[in-house]
Amino acid sequence: MIKTTPTKKRLLLYIFFGWILLILGDRVGDLELYQGSFVATYALAITSIILLTGYSGQLSLGHGALMAVGAYTGALSIFNAGLHPVIGLIISVFVAGIFGLILGLVVARLSGPYLAGTTLALAISLPTLANQFPILGGEEGIVFDVGVAPARFGDEFSQYKWFFWISTLAALIMVWLVANLLSGRYGRTFKAMRDNPVAAQLSGINVGQLKVMAFALSSGVAGLSGGLLVMLISGVSPSAFPLSLSFAVLTGAVVTGLYSLKGVILGGLVLVAIPEIADSLVSRIGGSEGFTTTLPGFLVSALLILAVVFTPNGPGHLLKRHHHKKKV
Amino acid sequence: MSLVVSNLTIDHGAIRAINNVSFTVPQGQLAAIIGANGAGKTTLLRTLSGLKEAASGSASWNGDSILGARPEDLARSGIMHVSDGKSVIAELSVKENLALPGIWRKDKKDVALATSEVIELFPILGQRLSQSAGSLSGGERQMLAIGRALIARPKLLLLDEPSLGLAPLIVEQIFQTIKSLVKKMNLTVVLVEQNAMGALKIADEGVVLNLGSVVAVDSAEKLLNDPAVRAAYLGF
Amino acid sequence: MIRQYALPIWGFKMTQFITAVLTSLSSGAIYALMALALVLVWRSTRVINFAQAGQAVLTTYIGYTVIQRTGSYWLALLVAVVSGAILGAVIDRFFMRPIFKRIKSGPIVMIAPVVATLGLLGIIQAIIGFIWGLTNQSIEAPVSTGGFKVMGTVIAFSRYNLLVLIFVALAMLLLIILFQKTDIGLALRASAYSPEIAKLSGIKVDSVRTLGWAIAGASGGLAGMLYIPGYFLFPNAMDLLLVFGFVAAVIGGLESLFGAVVGAMILGFAINFATTYISAKLFFPTAFIVLVVVLLLKPGGLFGSKKSRSA
Ligand SMILES: Nc1ncnc2c1ncn2[C@@H]1O[C@H](COP(=O)(O)OP(=O)(O)O)[C@@H](O)[C@H]1O
Ligand SMILES: [Mg+2]
Repeated sequence: MIKTTPTKKRLLLYIFFGWILLILGDRVGDLELYQGSFVATYALAITSIILLTGYSGQLSLGHGALMAVGAYTGALSIFNAGLHPVIGLIISVFVAGIFGLILGLVVARLSGPYLAGTTLALAISLPTLANQFPILGGEEGIVFDVGVAPARFGDEFSQYKWFFWISTLAALIMVWLVANLLSGRYGRTFKAMRDNPVAAQLSGINVGQLKVMAFALSSGVAGLSGGLLVMLISGVSPSAFPLSLSFAVLTGAVVTGLYSLKGVILGGLVLVAIPEIADSLVSRIGGSEGFTTTLPGFLVSALLILAVVFTPNGPGHLLKRHHHKKKV
Repeated sequence: MSLVVSNLTIDHGAIRAINNVSFTVPQGQLAAIIGANGAGKTTLLRTLSGLKEAASGSASWNGDSILGARPEDLARSGIMHVSDGKSVIAELSVKENLALPGIWRKDKKDVALATSEVIELFPILGQRLSQSAGSLSGGERQMLAIGRALIARPKLLLLDEPSLGLAPLIVEQIFQTIKSLVKKMNLTVVLVEQNAMGALKIADEGVVLNLGSVVAVDSAEKLLNDPAVRAAYLGF
Repeated sequence: MIRQYALPIWGFKMTQFITAVLTSLSSGAIYALMALALVLVWRSTRVINFAQAGQAVLTTYIGYTVIQRTGSYWLALLVAVVSGAILGAVIDRFFMRPIFKRIKSGPIVMIAPVVATLGLLGIIQAIIGFIWGLTNQSIEAPVSTGGFKVMGTVIAFSRYNLLVLIFVALAMLLLIILFQKTDIGLALRASAYSPEIAKLSGIKVDSVRTLGWAIAGASGGLAGMLYIPGYFLFPNAMDLLLVFGFVAAVIGGLESLFGAVVGAMILGFAINFATTYISAKLFFPTAFIVLVVVLLLKPGGLFGSKKSRSA
């Protein structure tokens, strides 16, 4: 028998999970595939927040900006430079990561509200910078086209299934990489730093360097998520990255529980499901335009508050605690 | 009229800081609670003034339980706690620090009287009124902290290591002032000190704390002369 | 010949400069009100109150309704400021305080307040949408919004802008008197600097905090009623103002009311001069750049406290 280490186990688990998803993909319609692609995309963005806030203790209110960096990079590499979409997405990760590295270096000394304010200002200003450079297409933006699926997948293979495959595989690979990283030595150092920066510093951890690294990693993940997001909407423009996107992703992360990657799919599902739930509610009970349009926002916000109050460490934590109590 | 503490136990999470402590301070007396660093003195005072919760036991002042009450309510009812580390608000001026109890006290005439009494007691404060409290020396800060408490016209004064970090001459001056206040203002004082010698000299009663437990309670004079206590806790 | 050409150009440059200064002042003044609202809450509870954008819009809608009923802008202004104070107090007493009671330990403490106020912002904005709908409303300014004439040209600074400046200056004067000359102000400052010593001195710190939220709410209510005329009223109308107020507050160091005003003016001048003299597209990036430059030089802001506080 092969000895299965935790890492190997995780790899097998992810492959199995991916396989199930792709099989499921054959059984459902285009709408579900499209929604599934968004779930994967948001799950990635949430992963990126968990990496930064949950593991390194830095709060970002501007993840939309980091996603925008990845999105524009991807668009330029695919549309302007004519690279293969997969290569384009990989470049997104690296460019966004480098951007995050620089940002991390700049904000390394900031904490709490100072960091929050800076990332918030970044979130509103960076997308508008696109207007400054003609190559980025101004308000109109530029197309983001990953093309149709290769012919060998057959005629039946729809564009949506192609989106689904790309986003699901990209998300699985990325989350797997991050999970491996966090379950190892780095994860422990990150947690030590988050829980008690002073003690961590005293025990020889280079807190400053680690924070910058967290920013770079988180930004790379966010960049991939941004690339996928604009793939799904076929174009990238400043308006694709409003403040509400940054907040929504943060909500997803809080609902998931900031301290574990286990629930990121759940967070993605919630972000995709809420507008749907609101829609079906509205179609049942009706209401004014003001009511119907604001209901999703209301539900997201209410969920956010409930999550903070009742499951501050994530639903997983709650289950664990109940379990623990039963045992005692 | 007295402070009665019985079977009081206080935890910091998993750490038991005060273990089953009992003692009584009759009205008008000065009790010194002495013990080494980490004995639990600060924890005890913080619980008596409402800043910290107790795990079990009771504490009462004039028959009313004081556990679980809010610190601001206890302060208004005459229990003033001068916390450790020269508790003044550095960003405010000396005058403003002294004015804090006057915010809620109804008898404004008496507030003015008490303020002038405090300035008489600590003339140096009178010269520094408009200076920021952060610019005072350690001794002056301690005087300001005690002075602020006095303006509330307290009945029970809880003092946490007023001598810490001060020059011997200043310590002597502050201890003498505390002793004179007890008589003059009919105060009851709980004085927490590592400086056991100095504290017991001015105190009526002494309580010796070690690792959260009471190891001796007696009159201050007897404690000072008890060879065992001297050897183990007074270090001479 | 040359002089004939030179004069109008010089005149144009001069009016352009004067306009830039005056618009900087009036936009800085509005940022300052929002920054003050945020600093007041930060000082009293260590929370950045993102819901302030929602609170201010809500009170402005209330003001809008008053105008619809009575036609009086001034009555509406008063109602908006008073309801802003009440709303602020209610939010602190019945929303923030219970949340703080629940969440005392663990890493969530760091972000719970931010997340809670963000959630509250969403809820308030949704409620506004439920009640008033999403269509843009407008509030007419009580005085002319036509620009003054300087050297024969109309500049982008109106009687209304002047009124705004005066109101903001008055509000600040009131705040200074309140904070420096009254017992309430002393209690507010003592509770902000050292809640523990304030409590031990008999000050009801919890109530004082609620009062801080009320004053902040009033400041936000004033900001809304001054900002919306000349702009539109919709549920998200003050999101950007919140961001600029926050940036201004951070530049000023978050602790200091004076710093908030200075930060707001720096921001107002930087943005208006950058957009006037370099490019109109630099509106948002300027805010970011100014903030980063200030924080690189002083990570705690210009007038921040020396012990850098994190929360
Ligand atoms: N906030 C705290 N958290 C955890 N442990 C504490 C805290 N404050 C004090 N302790 C512990 O409680 C014990 C008593 O401390 P303290 O009351 O400060 O003693 P003293 O004032 O006599 O020096 C010590 O072991 C100390 O480490
Ligand atoms: Mg102590």
